[in-house]
Amino acid sequence: MPAVAEEHSLLTDYGDFESSLPQQPEAVADLRRRGVARFEELGFPSTRQEEWRFTNVAPVAKTSYVRAGGRLHGLTAAKLEPFQIPGTVDLVFVNGRYSEELSRQEEFPSGVFAGSLAAAMAWNPDLVSAHLGRYAGLDHPFVALNSAHVEDGAFVYVPRGVKLEQTLHLLFVATAGDQATVSYPRNLIVVDESAEATVVESYCGYQGDVYFTCPVTEIVGGANSVVDHYRLGEESLDAFHLGTLKIHLERDANFFTHSVNHGGAIVRNDIQAYLGGEGIHCTLNGLYLGRKKQLVDHHMWVDHAKPHCHSYELFKGILEDQSRAVFNGRIKVHEDAQKTDAKQSSQHLLLSDKALAQSNPQLEIFADDVRCTHGSTTGQIDEEALFYLRSRGIGEEAAKSLLTYAFAVEVLQEFRLETVRKDLEEFLFTRLPKGDVVRQAV
Amino acid sequence: MLEIKNLHAGIDGAEILKGVDLKVGAGEVHAVMGPNGSGKSTLAQILAGRDEYEITEGQVLFSNLQGADEDLFELEPEERAREGIFLAFQYPVEIPGVSNTYFLKAALNAIREHRGEPEVDAIEFLKLAREKMKLVEMDEKLLQRPVNHGFSGGEKKRNEIFHMAVLDPRLAILDETDSGLDIDALRIVASGVNTMRSENRAFLVITHYQRLLRYIEPDFVHVLMDGRIVQSGGPELARQLEESGYATYDESATEAA
Repeated sequence: MPAVAEEHSLLTDYGDFESSLPQQPEAVADLRRRGVARFEELGFPSTRQEEWRFTNVAPVAKTSYVRAGGRLHGLTAAKLEPFQIPGTVDLVFVNGRYSEELSRQEEFPSGVFAGSLAAAMAWNPDLVSAHLGRYAGLDHPFVALNSAHVEDGAFVYVPRGVKLEQTLHLLFVATAGDQATVSYPRNLIVVDESAEATVVESYCGYQGDVYFTCPVTEIVGGANSVVDHYRLGEESLDAFHLGTLKIHLERDANFFTHSVNHGGAIVRNDIQAYLGGEGIHCTLNGLYLGRKKQLVDHHMWVDHAKPHCHSYELFKGILEDQSRAVFNGRIKVHEDAQKTDAKQSSQHLLLSDKALAQSNPQLEIFADDVRCTHGSTTGQIDEEALFYLRSRGIGEEAAKSLLTYAFAVEVLQEFRLETVRKDLEEFLFTRLPKGDVVRQAV
Repeated sequence: MLEIKNLHAGIDGAEILKGVDLKVGAGEVHAVMGPNGSGKSTLAQILAGRDEYEITEGQVLFSNLQGADEDLFELEPEERAREGIFLAFQYPVEIPGVSNTYFLKAALNAIREHRGEPEVDAIEFLKLAREKMKLVEMDEKLLQRPVNHGFSGGEKKRNEIFHMAVLDPRLAILDETDSGLDIDALRIVASGVNTMRSENRAFLVITHYQRLLRYIEPDFVHVLMDGRIVQSGGPELARQLEESGYATYDESATEAA
């Protein structure tokens, strides 16, 4: 690990960074300035703060980083193969910067934009300015830190009434050499009224690399839109990932996000959905696997502002070794959000005595005619089921893997996109001991 | 095939089996009857390898595939299954997320591998499964579902007999497979078992109710009371029990104590 650096070192040579930037729209430059100011005030959070009670980010703060910028560290197209998903259009971002060379060039329907945010700032500054930074609030320290560094990332725009047939795969790959690197991908996905899009975001890196990814994604689901979104965390086991996903939905929007994480030393995902119109259906699901000393924290916030909206949350965690997980599920139902139907379930499977899960539902309900349910379970492999499988001839290790798979697959079954589901099933077969038996048995 | 000698076992320090002796030969059907709490299910679970019970005394020998007597307690549950022991559960476990078909295929292949037989592929397995489902008049749609998930009580019990038919064990232990079944379902289950009777296969039929033994005629009947076999006999013993119930043994057990 590099030497301990003082806090805020991430902003020390900010002037150099700023002068390296191309001309940005005024709204973007303003967002950056506000981000700098806010992060200077907030600094790195401590475990004394309620929102960070179980997640100590001191190791992230203590590491000193260089901005990776466009450095590839020997990255080639071949090295991306493990992260690719069949049947999707790859848009590759190396350390947060779009790589035209590594991305697939694709013809999109007229009016659709899918590519680099930096390019979009030049292509249609008004469109970017109308949305960027409008949803993800700067009171979150890492949204502020990311906003201070807005440079590039993904921009997806699907205009009114258009169904984007291609599945976009936004592939964020981090690289590091001898020195730890930091990157701040900034993504904006706008799916306009009655439009449809399927987008996979994945965050990847290479084992042994130390780096810090601090992404922010803002998604706008316009009225009557359908957005199917996936977020895959496959960072190096020595990497830090502190990311925010902010979802802004308008009336009758149908939104799905599935977050799957198995990488990273310290991973924090803040997923916040604002249901700002009537008749919205919003599904926020997740699956995470921890091993060794990994820490994975999901902070959910579903904000029901209007009546007749439905939200569903199902999160499952599988924890081995001394890994830890935090699930914080906040649901707020505003006074006039009558007939809200909100369901939340958080389940943990502990495969070791030393693994630990914290689950904390927080319901704040100000309307009187709503249905809100939450449930949280933490358990080990069911001994009865294990014995049942073994008594039929399945070996102990395979039986445990089979039950672990069965626990996980409930989340995967909800995927609308088969190619991602298959990819993750295959990952589980590889990851679980005796996975070949599991592959045969399910 | 199976020889239980002076078996003592319990759980959390409480003794449940207090010296059970039982010999089961190939081709024989033994019924073990007894009231609630007599230790019937404990015996079944111990034979299949459930490890939450503590064996305090005694021995169980099982003749392995090579025909040699083996100490059953040296074998893990899956090794016992591969050697040919099958337990039909009193309460079959629901396992959402695991397919009834594919899981059974994996189990069968694990057993076949142990026996030195080639794997069955998906097509062969489906053919076998369809044939065996007919034995218990099981609906084919249950093949597609997760193991026992959303099955009715009767469907679960039939599924157990279906598993048994596919896995083709040498010793089948039926733990209260009749409990909770209506007469029609009971007939179907019993006829599945009767079809599988053969000179190479032994059955240990554990039941609370004499009713089952009208449909599965045992060669031997044993009465288990308070962790001991208090009487053994032929099929006539079952009929006798049907008339007198377990009460007579309660008295004799009390007197003996």
